[in-house]
Amino acid sequence: MSAEAIRVGMRRPARGLFVHQLRSEQLVFWRSREAAFFIFLFPLLLFVLLSSVYDGKIYGVPAPEALLAGLIGYGCANTAFAGLAIQLVIRRENGILKRLRATPLPPATYIASLLVSTLIVFAMQTVALFLLGRALNGTPFPSDVASLVAAVVIGAAVFAALGTAIASVIRSAEGSSAVVNAILLPMAFLSGSFGSTLHYPAFLRAVGDVLPLKYFIDLVNAVYLHGHGVWTQPQDLAVLAVWGAAGLVFTMFRFRWEPREP
Amino acid sequence: MHAIEVSGLRKAYGNLEAVREVDFAIEEGEVFGLLGPNGAGKTTTVEILEGYRKRDAGEVRVLGHDPARPGPDFRERIGVVLQQSQMWPNLTVRETHAIFAGYYRAPRDVDEVVALVGLRDKANERVKTLSGGQKRRLDLGIALVGDPDLVFLDEPTTGFDPQARRAAWEMIRSLRSLGKTVLLTTHYLDEAEQLSDRVAVMREGRIVRVGTPAELTTTDLQTEIRYRQNGEEVLVRTDEPTRVLAELTSAAVARGEELEGLQVRRPSLEEVYLALTAEEEQG
Repeated sequence: MSAEAIRVGMRRPARGLFVHQLRSEQLVFWRSREAAFFIFLFPLLLFVLLSSVYDGKIYGVPAPEALLAGLIGYGCANTAFAGLAIQLVIRRENGILKRLRATPLPPATYIASLLVSTLIVFAMQTVALFLLGRALNGTPFPSDVASLVAAVVIGAAVFAALGTAIASVIRSAEGSSAVVNAILLPMAFLSGSFGSTLHYPAFLRAVGDVLPLKYFIDLVNAVYLHGHGVWTQPQDLAVLAVWGAAGLVFTMFRFRWEPREP
Repeated sequence: MHAIEVSGLRKAYGNLEAVREVDFAIEEGEVFGLLGPNGAGKTTTVEILEGYRKRDAGEVRVLGHDPARPGPDFRERIGVVLQQSQMWPNLTVRETHAIFAGYYRAPRDVDEVVALVGLRDKANERVKTLSGGQKRRLDLGIALVGDPDLVFLDEPTTGFDPQARRAAWEMIRSLRSLGKTVLLTTHYLDEAEQLSDRVAVMREGRIVRVGTPAELTTTDLQTEIRYRQNGEEVLVRTDEPTRVLAELTSAAVARGEELEGLQVRRPSLEEVYLALTAEEEQG
């Protein structure tokens, strides 16, 4: 307290606020059993389940490895798109975002800490997937760790931009989970999160071909399954950049801090 | 020194003029009540002062800042209780206070604030287990934890049972003794009368009267004198209660009668309020 009091009249260092808010976000996330289960644990359970029923090869590689890459993709969309969107809608409709605007916490610091907190959860999930795969199915660790880290960060950024965009459209906290999952689950199927899409009808594959998750999974496949560097995949990166930019621009025009008027 | 100064304030949403020409000033350390029916422009006015909304016209100073372009210090010095907000359900009362305390340069001690708002026994309970009144006290606690000079309370006791309301009133009175300036919006007249040094009554985007509760009740409506004569209730309204009462009583004494059920009463703030905010007949 007295150390704080001495600092009166000085601006609080921005980094201190960021760390404080990041800790708060982590506390809020892990304290909610629903979030910890559906966002963190659920993709891990899906991986264990799917890798125990698929035999042989997918895309010419052992099934558990292809599923591991696919579930990194699902985990990314689930954490950064679905989880972030649902959290933002609930906070907005509960007045938490509005209330925070009346504190000295700058909006940019708030958003930054929320995004980094989301990235931390997704990164931990990715590490857990590799550990589980190694323990249960003997899948290898990635050979090019730097490229995989880059892919994870890029994916999280793109899906976070789309998550904030969809949060700007959803009107009520009650409906947020339904809307987000109605987008997430078909996207994950069509993009090959849960196995090969080669036997899907052509029109379903055509739909999958425009979705961002397919390109993120392509990117992870290239890095993890084929040992390519992340920068050798310009087409995947370009499509992801377009989706990310679209999400960001939409968010900038439509994002609201305040709940709907009752 | 004024904590808040407002002159010529205007705000419209499309064709709806929510606030038209509002002027008032609040002294430092004063508890100021803003009264009015729903749609009178109270919340719009307060949200302009809090920095949530831009005004269309007028001058506004809050703690020396223009809330539309506040300096970095502005949000350090205000505390806000919104009409509706629900904090994170799975955090404890103490954790929620600690998160907000971390946003301020010189916060108050978290446990002290938790005790001040009467949640000491609930400090380690999760927010979702609190009753409605306790959640409202949590809102007040997180508004006070930054040690603000000015506190905005938007309908702070709506939905409280009478006991919880009394407790909240005690808390708001304690804010005054701490030297805080308080801007209270409410539609409970007893609340405004109990807590406010001065009240302003808003109607259709304008302030129709400002004054202490006593001033409003003495200047606005006539005093009522009631008694029964031959079994019938008689009601006299007058601006000169002393003279009228003297005439009535001396006449009764001269006749050797008793004025049965004699009552002299000033109108309550509620009656003044209802008279001020009554819809005018549309011709």
